[in-house]
Amino acid sequence: MRVLLALVALICAAPLAAQDTLPPAPYAYQQLADPAQEAEAAALMATLRCLKCQSQSIADSDAPMAGDMRHQVRTRIAAGEDPEAIRQWLVQRYGDYVSYQPRVSASTWPLFAIPLLLALLAAFILRGRLGKRREPGA
Amino acid sequence: MIAELGLVALWLAAALAGLQFLAGFGALWTKMQGLADLARPAALVQALLCALAFVCLLLVFARTDLSVALVAANSHSAKPLIFKLAGAWGNHEGSMLLWVTVMALAGGLIAAVERRLLERTMLATLGAQAFVGLGFYAFLLFSSNPFERLSPAPLEGNGLNPLLQDMGLAFHPPTLYFGYVGLSVAFSFVVGALLTRQVTPEFARVMRPWILGAWVFLTLGITAGSYWAYYELGWGGWWFWDPVENASLMPWLAATALLHSASVLAARDALRAWTVLLGVIAFSMSMIGTFLVRSGILTSVHAFAVDPERGSFILALLTLYIGGALVLFVVRAGTVAEGERFSVMSREGALVVNNVALSAILCVVLLGTLYPLLTEAFGVRVSVGPPYFNPVSAMFFLPMLPILAVGPLLRWRRDSFARVRASVIALVLLALTVLLGVWLWAGVAILPLLGMAVAAMVAVGSVLPLRGRSLRKLPLAVWGMVVAHLGVAVALFGMAADSAFQQERLIAANVGDVVEVGPWAATLEGVVPVAGPNWQAIEASLTLRYQGGDGTLTHPQARAFWQPPQETSEVALVTRWNGQLYAALGNQTEDGRWQLRLWWKPFVTWIWYGGMMIALGGLLALLGRLSVDVRRRLAAGKIARRKADEQVLAA
Amino acid sequence: MRRLRIFLWALVAVVGGLFALFAYQLGQPKDEFVESAMIGEPLPAFDLRPAVGDRPGLANTDLADGRARLVNIFASWCIPCRVEAPQLEALRQSGAEIVGIAIRDRPEDVAGFLQIYGNPFTAIGADDISAVQLSLGSSGVPETFVIDGRGVIRYQHIGDIRPEHVQTILYELREAELTERGA
Repeated sequence: MRVLLALVALICAAPLAAQDTLPPAPYAYQQLADPAQEAEAAALMATLRCLKCQSQSIADSDAPMAGDMRHQVRTRIAAGEDPEAIRQWLVQRYGDYVSYQPRVSASTWPLFAIPLLLALLAAFILRGRLGKRREPGA
Repeated sequence: MIAELGLVALWLAAALAGLQFLAGFGALWTKMQGLADLARPAALVQALLCALAFVCLLLVFARTDLSVALVAANSHSAKPLIFKLAGAWGNHEGSMLLWVTVMALAGGLIAAVERRLLERTMLATLGAQAFVGLGFYAFLLFSSNPFERLSPAPLEGNGLNPLLQDMGLAFHPPTLYFGYVGLSVAFSFVVGALLTRQVTPEFARVMRPWILGAWVFLTLGITAGSYWAYYELGWGGWWFWDPVENASLMPWLAATALLHSASVLAARDALRAWTVLLGVIAFSMSMIGTFLVRSGILTSVHAFAVDPERGSFILALLTLYIGGALVLFVVRAGTVAEGERFSVMSREGALVVNNVALSAILCVVLLGTLYPLLTEAFGVRVSVGPPYFNPVSAMFFLPMLPILAVGPLLRWRRDSFARVRASVIALVLLALTVLLGVWLWAGVAILPLLGMAVAAMVAVGSVLPLRGRSLRKLPLAVWGMVVAHLGVAVALFGMAADSAFQQERLIAANVGDVVEVGPWAATLEGVVPVAGPNWQAIEASLTLRYQGGDGTLTHPQARAFWQPPQETSEVALVTRWNGQLYAALGNQTEDGRWQLRLWWKPFVTWIWYGGMMIALGGLLALLGRLSVDVRRRLAAGKIARRKADEQVLAA
Repeated sequence: MRRLRIFLWALVAVVGGLFALFAYQLGQPKDEFVESAMIGEPLPAFDLRPAVGDRPGLANTDLADGRARLVNIFASWCIPCRVEAPQLEALRQSGAEIVGIAIRDRPEDVAGFLQIYGNPFTAIGADDISAVQLSLGSSGVPETFVIDGRGVIRYQHIGDIRPEHVQTILYELREAELTERGA
């Protein structure tokens, strides 16, 4: 149900009454002049969570705060900061919630361990089901 | 009156489901023929009554009968008729009624046409179908009555979320529901077969068209949903790994695995227990998905009207059905013998790899979707998104595809590598050539690069089974397989190419400015206000030229709906065979320029063409299977008649 | 067969655990707020221009002068901010010093807002692109932070301050003052 797609409660775009009237931050809707830097910024923005929205990255949102976050990302990239350092800067402020890219930590290691286990289990099942049947299959 | 009629029909349908349940299981245990004779008619009449209830709901929406609470809350008299109708299922209650209706129709259909299975298994299946149905009737009638009246009736309705006022809504949810609920039939068959211990190739052959049908709808529903989100959300993304999207992907993964393992069971009487388990899991994933979406325990863009009480109700149903079926399976697993054996170099061997890989991807998607819920229970909030899902699912998906390319070339049971060696070497060389070529030419990231190489391999591999065969005599089912596998390659290529070569341009333009994005040049000709029945908009006139060719005049809009008040972006799309130009109009800047968002997305449309090919392949396979069944049935009838004639003659 | 049986019961157990998690989470109130991870950290450096004519702007150095304060993040276009105005006034009367940060706001709008709903602030900085808000780990308006005399963030209140929250915030403010003196 990608569904009901929607009631995409663009919580973001929601009540018009509570919208500010200030223009968006300079780099909210403006790309960096250097394509390489812009590509770095775009890749990072796609993996940062818009805090005012239900479940969207800041690259996919019209919420003013998402625009301000894009401005932060672009200006910092333009200043030569490393994308991962910017992610870290945001994680320091909002916790892991702000990043769609989970890092290995005390609370997230199963997220990485389980797929590896699954891969092992898959290999094991395939060996068990296929490997030893070779002979009796005849 | 119409609302009351619908409610009465719904109650009667529920009562008939109760009767069907009692008749099915009662006859199974007491062996009373009188009871057994009731099961099929009960299923048929129930289907009619449910359809009637659904028609009633459509009618109250078409007439905007505001004394019905659901209409008042979700519709508006100024809406175009098609969106009034589609609005009937664009809300919780209506969509649950659609769910129940589809389930009743599917149940009625098996009752009407399916006569190949042992009567006992059939009774158990109908009983199980009614048992599952009863839970959802109870849910509908006790906690989500779509026909509830509102007194006094309001003068005007609340309207429908503007993002839903789109043809996407008319098409996407019903298709998806046919898929979700169609899987309930597989579930019931599996439960029936477990109860009577009849997990046989014949059972798999009977179940397969149902899986195929449900799977075709699921594929179409997901494809349509993806395209809808793509053009409606206005930012050019087509898959977000949002929990609600994942909720639709998981049943699809399970159904795909089930489809292939059922083929093994039907053809070779192998993988019995595994097929049964997948049958349980596929519908379980549909139900879990519904639970996740309706209960609101996960944060998603696709927020439904959320109600924890309803969540508890669905959770109780989940526990009953999924828990019950799993326990039944564990208890009976010992009696479902493993079936025939096969060699690693065989069609079955390749299909086992496919099944294991699909199941692993399913586990990963489930894990990533639910993990935030788990950490939240310990007071830690995390987000799991594309940077996790893309590589981790690729870890299983990419190794699976070369096997997909080779598998159809293998014979059942046992084959020698020597026979397919030439094809395998050719495929591997092809993949390496593409890999190197694309890398040297464009230097794209690793995942898209691998995606393109593997897509080439699958594309060629999927048509190889046609080599040396008479195309005219080829069974439809084989055509289906070829088309579907080719669709996988096409879709994968679209995904890889879009992610590797997409170009984006955000700019504030004056009227008359020319903006370039990739091979395109966009000219902003003008911006005017326009109005629709329930919205007003700012509309740009944008001429789009591909490589200096003829211009296409497009009109992207920034729309503001007034009931409910919300803004949406109506994007302009220009489609070529090799991709799509995507243009969205943003706000006006302080100095009077207009924000334009332009994307050149090479081959992005191939994602959805691929999805449609996969569905078409499923449809061909379904038709092929059905025509074989029909022919067999006719032939059997002819033989029976001849026998009868001979007996008469002999007498 | 036995191994399969164990595997299957394990599967049932996992599903059971999953449903238990669902049941538990259904009973939990949905927490839509994103808490700042900056509690216990010193304020980041900032220096905001005044948001209105009759109050000074705000810099982080102003907030490390030995006195604990409340920093209220607000905006004239934010409706809950109007609702919490009486509570801010009550806090001020109880002796709290409150400074404001106006998010994405025009001076004339802020002035109009303060005229209608009262002005409990001793200083108001204008944060036009939410830069300071982001550096504080604040994700919406209104929010209120307790800052101790050394400029360390001690407490965050998310959403509008209702009458029942006033005591808690005063308590946190006193605590911030006490730890300061103790240190």
